[in-house]
Amino acid sequence: MSLLEIKKLDVRHGLLQAVRGVDLTVEKGETVALVGANGAGKTTLLRAIAGAHLPAGGSVHFDGVDITHIPAHSRVGLGVALVPEGRRLFSQMTVEENLILARSAGRKGPWTIDRVFEAFPNLVPRRKAKAGNLSGGEQQATAIGRALMTNPEILLLDEVSLGLSPLAVDRVYASLDTLIHGGTTIILVEQDLRRAMRVADRIVCMLEGKIVLEGKRGEITREQVSEAYFGLGSAKGRVHA
Amino acid sequence: MSQDPAIRVERWTPLSRISILGAAIVLAILATGPLFFDNNAIDKLTTLFIYVILAVTWNALAGYGGLVSVGQQAFFGLGAYAAVRLADAGVNVYASLILAAVIIAAVSLPISSFMLRLKGGEFAIGMWVVAELCHLLVNLDSLVQGETGTSLIALNAYEADTRHALNYWVALGSMTVILVILFVLLRSRIGSAIQAIRDNEEAAAALGVRVMGTKRIIFVFAAFGAALAGALWLATAITFQPKTYFGVQWTAYMIFMVLVGGLGTFEGAILGALIFFLIEAWFGASGVWYLVGLGATALIFSLFVPRGIWGWLERRYGLNLLPLGYRILGIRPAARTAIPNDGAAPSAGTS
Amino acid sequence: MMIWVNQIVQGILLGGYYAVIACGLSFMFSVMRMINLAHGSLAIVAAFALFVLADQYGLNPFTALILVLPAMAALGWVLQRTILERSQRGGLLVPILSTFGLSIVVDNLLFEQFGADTRSLAPFIDELSYDSWSITDDIYIGKLAALTFVTAIIILGGLQLFLTRTQLGRAIRATAEDPDTVGLIGINAKRVNAAAAAIALVTVGIAGAFLGMRATFDAYAGGPQLIFAFEAAVIGGAGSLWGTLIGGIVLGVAQSVGAQISPQGFLITGHAVFLAVLFGRLHLDTIGTTFRKTVRRSA
Repeated sequence: MSLLEIKKLDVRHGLLQAVRGVDLTVEKGETVALVGANGAGKTTLLRAIAGAHLPAGGSVHFDGVDITHIPAHSRVGLGVALVPEGRRLFSQMTVEENLILARSAGRKGPWTIDRVFEAFPNLVPRRKAKAGNLSGGEQQATAIGRALMTNPEILLLDEVSLGLSPLAVDRVYASLDTLIHGGTTIILVEQDLRRAMRVADRIVCMLEGKIVLEGKRGEITREQVSEAYFGLGSAKGRVHA
Repeated sequence: MSQDPAIRVERWTPLSRISILGAAIVLAILATGPLFFDNNAIDKLTTLFIYVILAVTWNALAGYGGLVSVGQQAFFGLGAYAAVRLADAGVNVYASLILAAVIIAAVSLPISSFMLRLKGGEFAIGMWVVAELCHLLVNLDSLVQGETGTSLIALNAYEADTRHALNYWVALGSMTVILVILFVLLRSRIGSAIQAIRDNEEAAAALGVRVMGTKRIIFVFAAFGAALAGALWLATAITFQPKTYFGVQWTAYMIFMVLVGGLGTFEGAILGALIFFLIEAWFGASGVWYLVGLGATALIFSLFVPRGIWGWLERRYGLNLLPLGYRILGIRPAARTAIPNDGAAPSAGTS
Repeated sequence: MMIWVNQIVQGILLGGYYAVIACGLSFMFSVMRMINLAHGSLAIVAAFALFVLADQYGLNPFTALILVLPAMAALGWVLQRTILERSQRGGLLVPILSTFGLSIVVDNLLFEQFGADTRSLAPFIDELSYDSWSITDDIYIGKLAALTFVTAIIILGGLQLFLTRTQLGRAIRATAEDPDTVGLIGINAKRVNAAAAAIALVTVGIAGAFLGMRATFDAYAGGPQLIFAFEAAVIGGAGSLWGTLIGGIVLGVAQSVGAQISPQGFLITGHAVFLAVLFGRLHLDTIGTTFRKTVRRSA
């Protein structure tokens, strides 16, 4: 049984249909990179998995449980955690408080405050600082740490490198490496194609709300992905269209 | 600019022409009222006209301006008080009713410049504080003698029948003027600004709509209406006891009328006044339970039918009696109804 | 001279009561971004509940609070889940309209039940209602007023500790800041808001108790209490906890000094000071914004 099974998922924002009939399966321990142009529906798909948007149609199964209509806060309890685009920290609260808050779902697991600070040593001196006063890289680390504090089975990462300096991005990915190799299941949205193809086991490319190409690392080329990315792809790339 | 032959913009529809004509005929018939009705019926209709003024102007403030005030009784009471004062100073009693409303509208201008900077609930209760303060200050006037009050003695100069008829005509005339002013206002450039602000204040400001100036016009208009209604009420009641005029129940009535009739719709406020008038006639005698019912109805409408009966009819049947908006013809109706107009912010995070 | 000092002392003590009634309003505003116009009416509900328990069942009002405060908490929870939550989804205007409608219902139901008579809890607390400590010949401190003031400090301090030290408190702060994101870390924003409403109504219940002990009340006393609470909260800076104590004291002193000037001065001065503070703040904001703009332009 796959950890995550998405079938014919439709998500709407008012009149706009952001995700159209998406089928996606993710196995335990896998790292999947979602790529695609702005507006392709990547963030919406991720938020729909987390329960931040409820779908107009289709189904989402997680660990065998139908979670299609379960609200976001209950999904956290089942082991789904999203690091949202723009980090969305509670800026008036300290780093520590942001982390402690994520214990609310009450899931047991390896992640504790101390472990998060071990994984992100740059946060240690900022422990009592207000999240709003952190640098971009520190904020991103806090956001990832906060998601980890829920002890997730699957971690959804939305554009973790957005707005960070190259150095900060390297640092964030260095800490993600441990997670990836440690067996955490991850879906990440990444604009940097090269980086996505380096860290992920599988690449899924979206265009106008649909998955237009997917393949294992090593089995698809950057050129194929680039073509699918801009919708220039030939028929052979459209495995799902 | 591309001209799609299938799309044209129109204001006047056959229905709206008939409605305006119908309204004019109704007003003309109403104007002959005192010739046929007895004093009791005349008084009742006078009350109805005052309710329409209150509903229409409160609706202008809340429904179009997005400003819920629970302190419009400030202007209602001040209107009556100014009329008492003017009549006491020797001004013709009917002239003083109108003049009082004009003066209070002028008074509302400085009040607006500072109350309008409050938002939402702060504005709502802030206006209530203004009303309380006005009430207390009016009580200090030796003519009013605190809660003892005074009366519009000058009205005694008129014979009872004449007085009832004059009250009726002045109220009818005032109501007509208020309706016409609002109608013209909504059809002018200001009207477009008002509707833009109603739908989305920030977007309107971004498009260069003068939000503050437009709101101020509505605020002063609403103050004028409430003051006029207060002065007219004084003419029918004769006695002026500050407590009755500055009471928050006036706001309760206004909210009830507008919520039930249709917040933000021209016709809805009139409908609401009519409904309130009938309910009061039927249930007003049941006292406290009647007030409980009013509050409960307002609560239920605000939660479940926020655009009121008229708003519901409008949406359900595409009904538009008055040529206030523009209708774009040639667009599929499905697309029209699907456009959300509740001003809710779209959820963020599309990618 | 000493008369004025005494009036100021009394005003400060009165400010304690205003802080108690204002903190629930301010708390709900800061967490749920809404002003509950039925706030005052609900305090009167608590006062009547205490009156009935004292009058019919002989319960001392302080003992009766053991029953009334949980009931108020439950009422707050139910109110949030049934009315407030729904009204918040309707945009900015709906909460104002629906809570105003609610206040009319509550006031008139109370009138239906208890009539126009004014009531007081003072007869049930014996000498506490009039006992006082004399500081000098002209200055005295009422025991009840002192108790109210101390309670205000305990409530405000307790709320602050609760908000910073407990998981629910942190969840309330997080929900206030970003209600959409708390769901992503496993917090049910609806339940958090309901808990916040329950806490707010507990403070409303305490306010109702002190109102009933220090003064008289009737079915329609909710409106003025809402106004006082609102004035204290706004003077103190809406949403700031300790600000409500300062706001309450400013309002209390203004009223108390005004009452010394003339019998009608109590309310007039209170409202006038409120409007003056509001005006001053808005004016300062304008000056501040202009100043910042100028600085930015020259930088």
